[in-house]
Amino acid sequence: MPGRRRSAWLAQALTLAAVLALAGLLAATTAGHLQERGIRSGFDFLLEPAGFALGESLLPFEPGDSTLRAFAAGLLNTLRVALPAAALALLIGIAAGFGRLADNPLLRGLATAFVTGVRNLPLLLHLLAWYFILTDLLPPGDAPLNPLPGVFLSKSGLALPWWGETGFEVPEPAGFGFEGGANLTPEYLALLIGLSIYSAAYIAETLRGAVQALPPGQRLSALALGMSARQTFLLVLLPQAWRAALPPVTSQLLNLLKNASLAVAIGYPDLVSVAGTSLNQTGRALECLSIVVAVYLALSLVAAAISHRLEARLFREQGQ
Amino acid sequence: MSPALRLLAATAALTLAPLPALAGKTLDAIKSRGQLACGVSTGVIGFSAADSQGQWKGLDVDVCKAIAAAVLGDPNKVRWVPLSSQQRFTALQSGEVDILSRNTTWSLTRDAGQGLHFAGVTYYDGQGFLVAKKTKVSSAKQLKNAEVCVQSGTTTEKNLSDFARSQGIKIKPVVFDKFEASLKAFFSGRCQAYTTDASALAFIRAKEAPNPDDYLVLPELISKEPLGPAVRRGDDEWFAIVKWTVNALIEAEELGITQARVDSLKSSADPSVQRFLGVGEDLGKNLGLDRDWAGRAIKAVGNYGEIFNRNLGADSPLKLPRGLNAQWNKGGILYAQPLR
Ligand SMILES: N[C@@H](CCC(=O)N[C@@H](CS)C(=O)NCC(=O)O)C(=O)O
Repeated sequence: MPGRRRSAWLAQALTLAAVLALAGLLAATTAGHLQERGIRSGFDFLLEPAGFALGESLLPFEPGDSTLRAFAAGLLNTLRVALPAAALALLIGIAAGFGRLADNPLLRGLATAFVTGVRNLPLLLHLLAWYFILTDLLPPGDAPLNPLPGVFLSKSGLALPWWGETGFEVPEPAGFGFEGGANLTPEYLALLIGLSIYSAAYIAETLRGAVQALPPGQRLSALALGMSARQTFLLVLLPQAWRAALPPVTSQLLNLLKNASLAVAIGYPDLVSVAGTSLNQTGRALECLSIVVAVYLALSLVAAAISHRLEARLFREQGQ
Repeated sequence: MSPALRLLAATAALTLAPLPALAGKTLDAIKSRGQLACGVSTGVIGFSAADSQGQWKGLDVDVCKAIAAAVLGDPNKVRWVPLSSQQRFTALQSGEVDILSRNTTWSLTRDAGQGLHFAGVTYYDGQGFLVAKKTKVSSAKQLKNAEVCVQSGTTTEKNLSDFARSQGIKIKPVVFDKFEASLKAFFSGRCQAYTTDASALAFIRAKEAPNPDDYLVLPELISKEPLGPAVRRGDDEWFAIVKWTVNALIEAEELGITQARVDSLKSSADPSVQRFLGVGEDLGKNLGLDRDWAGRAIKAVGNYGEIFNRNLGADSPLKLPRGLNAQWNKGGILYAQPLR
């Protein structure tokens, strides 16, 4: 029906125009207000030297580099913790989900305690607890634990042999802390552990629900065929449950990404932390906040697209 | 409200709300509200901190009390709004507070770029380092490769990297948004040093350290940190009131007007004292206040010297020397513009 389609188009176009006009109006009034109040505005500060240092960064960063580069370094720091945390959350979540459904009462009890315990505390408390457990318990940098040759664990973090500028390097004590190899700081470790455990509890519950929604015959026949409980879960139940579980699990992983923005509470220089520092050095509050919003929006859209793809593939494979 | 939410709300207010407080409106708003909204820290003893009874104490607190006494006639008509380093400017810009009296450094970008006016300097400070004695560090120059805990949203964050660059050494900042977390990390041994204004280091060592004798404030000051109250731009009358109340506190010390003697000095023969107390000449009307405004401020909190001694100096647990903050004719650089 071309007529109906045309009017639908028109409605869409009008809505879009209205939204854009509103955004334009908002931007114009805001700029006017800021100017009247003597607050400088604009994005020019992004190209000026940042003037602050980052405690750790995947992207090499010096205070003389631009603020834009600081934002990029912050974003990479966010991904550096969020991606491995997502993988860990999935693994722990699957294990705990299996435990929740286990026949063994001890295993089931442990998994239930884990899930309820974790879910009943706010994430910020998790992060602070992990952080202060790590920094309180670990020995100081000049007397590190040395569990394996070349591996040092202290309040300065976990120093590991790794590829660096000069090839494969083994960390060596240097003044305060270590030089060479890789160093995972307590801020990074606490965030990684806290985020993955917190999300794992939710993922475990989602998986449990999805598995329990399957017809009971699936489990019984797999067991009757002589499969072990673990084989039944991993080879028969989980693959079928995935289909129902994928959308909520993806949204859990997206939550994890957003939750990573609590990093500055425990001193990790993620995107939001860098934005906060830039905001205060430059006074460009709206600008810095809008960059954070835009980046998180883009990340969420990318993640949503990937999950759509995965879902489509799952449905195709399973013949729908 | 969570800090992020609060920032968002303040930002939204900045975007959407009509302009508050143009020309004279702040004073009217304060009078009709019956309260001064004063932005303070979440707890820096000596400057602004709530004691065990919930009473706010400190030099920055006394500045707000003096202003409340001058404009409202009662030093207790103040609403205290504790703000983290990061929140403070948005809170002032958006109108959540009438004045920011919160160990805040007067700098060009803040004054000229962030819609603020600083109304004077109430404490000349500098940035220093606090270290645990067991690190054997005795000079800031030895902080090569050190991790240093610092709070975000402060001038001290940037000064730290300037200092490292000027010394040609690497210093790794560990940056927290909350004061409390930054202190906890430092005292757990996570960082080899803590950096902020030297006056705050004195408080941190005396009051926050498990054992003050295990810690040392390093001798170097790496920056100038003139601290003082700030107001929003766009209201010159309010700016003048805050500026001249600060001047009055300092001038009163120079003139020897104390909290105890303020009433009896009304009969003083000294013309400067008479003018200050509104005997004869009425300076208050220039500010849109009554003739007794300055006398009331001193009666409420005492002169600058009394405020200093009570909160930071000899009569306080911090025992900070007057140093730069002595009067200009007593070896310091404190110099009030004359009240006349
Ligand atoms: N004078 C410096 C530093 C002031 C500052 O915010 N210092 C921190 C560390 S002592 C503070 O007061 N924190 C207390 C809080 O956030 O409530 C500035 O204006 O940036």
